[in-house]
Amino acid sequence: MISVEKTKKLSPAVWGCNTSVLPQEKRKKRKTGDKKYIPFLLPSLAGVCLFVAVPFADSLRRSVFGTFSGRFCGADNYKAVLDNAAFRLAVKNTALFTAVCLPLLIVLSLMTALILSRLKAVRAIRSVLLFPLAVPTAAMVLIWRLLFDDHGMINGMLDDAGIGTVHFLDSKAAFAVLAASYIWKNLGYTVLLWLTGIMSISESLSEAAAVDGAGSFGTLIYIILPNLRPAAYTITIISFLNSFKVFREAYLVAGAYPHDSIYLLQHLFNNWFANMELDKIAAATVMVFAVISAAVSLLRRVWDKEAST
Amino acid sequence: MKKAGSIFGYGICTALCIVIVFPVFLLAVLSLQDGTELLKAVSPLSGNGFSRPDMIPLYPSVENYTQILLFSPEYYTVFWNSAGMTAAVLISQLIIAVPAAWAFARFEFRFRKVLFDIYVLLMLLPFQVTMLSQFILLDKTHLLDTRAAIILPAAFSAFPVFLMYRSFCSIPAEMIDAARIDGAGEWRILFGIGLPLGRNGITAALVLGFLDMWNMVEQPLTFLKDKRLYPLSLYLPMLGKLSGSMIAASAGTLIPAALVFIIGQDSLESGIVSSAVKE
Repeated sequence: MISVEKTKKLSPAVWGCNTSVLPQEKRKKRKTGDKKYIPFLLPSLAGVCLFVAVPFADSLRRSVFGTFSGRFCGADNYKAVLDNAAFRLAVKNTALFTAVCLPLLIVLSLMTALILSRLKAVRAIRSVLLFPLAVPTAAMVLIWRLLFDDHGMINGMLDDAGIGTVHFLDSKAAFAVLAASYIWKNLGYTVLLWLTGIMSISESLSEAAAVDGAGSFGTLIYIILPNLRPAAYTITIISFLNSFKVFREAYLVAGAYPHDSIYLLQHLFNNWFANMELDKIAAATVMVFAVISAAVSLLRRVWDKEAST
Repeated sequence: MKKAGSIFGYGICTALCIVIVFPVFLLAVLSLQDGTELLKAVSPLSGNGFSRPDMIPLYPSVENYTQILLFSPEYYTVFWNSAGMTAAVLISQLIIAVPAAWAFARFEFRFRKVLFDIYVLLMLLPFQVTMLSQFILLDKTHLLDTRAAIILPAAFSAFPVFLMYRSFCSIPAEMIDAARIDGAGEWRILFGIGLPLGRNGITAALVLGFLDMWNMVEQPLTFLKDKRLYPLSLYLPMLGKLSGSMIAASAGTLIPAALVFIIGQDSLESGIVSSAVKE
């Protein structure tokens, strides 16, 4: 046990690779001495450099030069972007969407997973929950319209119930519709990840807690939740990754200029692109990149701390 | 007490499943309704009253499907555009990402951690962040408005590397050492041990890659102007007014994705599972 702890501290968990359970495994890997890894990695690395890294450096350059004048203009582009009302709106909406939907998805899926973990016939339920992942957005566009239109099915039901209708796509309710479609699409994937985490907690641990007199609530708080922290990391990363994809729904259902409440950064980039405002895109690209890198490294730091305590 | 709890649990899960399946069920049902029956669902959208589709087709017909299959040649074009681009991307991802994931998982080298962190970061970047850079590159290389503009950047996606890496990591080192002692070369080890034992991660990456490419919106929207190259996912919304053939076209888009999902489901699940296990 002590040696495991030591290894952990010496080399904080490499993402995903199991350093703590099998510390000897890492040492057995081929050492730097021979360069045999190069042919394996090179094609991918070359492609990534060519298609992402080098062009990104170019964006960085562009962000401080005028597109047409070609002259160095310092922070002018950044200033223009920050002063732009559409940019502020888009940043606000995107941040709000992430701040609301990410925790919502994570909590909802955890609750579902906890319920599922106590049932027996979970296979079928799991498959049904995962299925929306396979459904192409374009195939569902007309169903969303049919459901959420001013004269759509849901408004029909609301009308029957005497509640009164809602302009789902042309009011602040659009935000809720987008959030719902994000959760609809990603719930199954997240539930599956949580379930994996729950199943990997050994039964003897929960049983020991039960013997010590912990109720099922106590077991949940003291045994299950603390042991789910590693899973929580992957789940946050994957949910974050997928949160950008809601643009597809928003764009295909509501077009390039949806209601103000769901005007996301992705819309803005697209519209700037259509108008060829490249220097604005370049500056905004750099800023978005900086924010995402900061968020990821923050998450990473929290994660490493957890792993070493 | 425990029984009551599990009945409650099944109740909640059933309700959840119904809500989740309902939109897809609605699409399937509507695609089998004939023109007059569809009016109940469609006509209120452009007039008065509310859309109240029949939940069971009174006179099921395949009229909508024959309409799209026999009288819409452009549907075939976009269908094969999607299929071709998706296949090309998956094959190249397989060729490029498998060895890269293997290198990260089974070799120890300098900058390995830093490089892998960069890959994870790239994986997390939304398309819009790399859009401008890629557009300029594709423009300079005259690839804009060709299928290669979609295929090449996607081929080097970092996500499959990430997913396969996890499943390669879980292969016991003893096996690989044994193969080395027996004199197997590094590539031989990848093909003989890595591919068979890591196949769940590989299949999961392929299934998720398929679903993502089949659903692509941003890339073709930015890199393709020629509508003849458009994939299904951009063609459907162009059809405009809600109609029987549009519903059938949508269902036709869903079918390949659903098939891939059903066939690949076991590997997909265990691939996702192995991507989550860490400790």
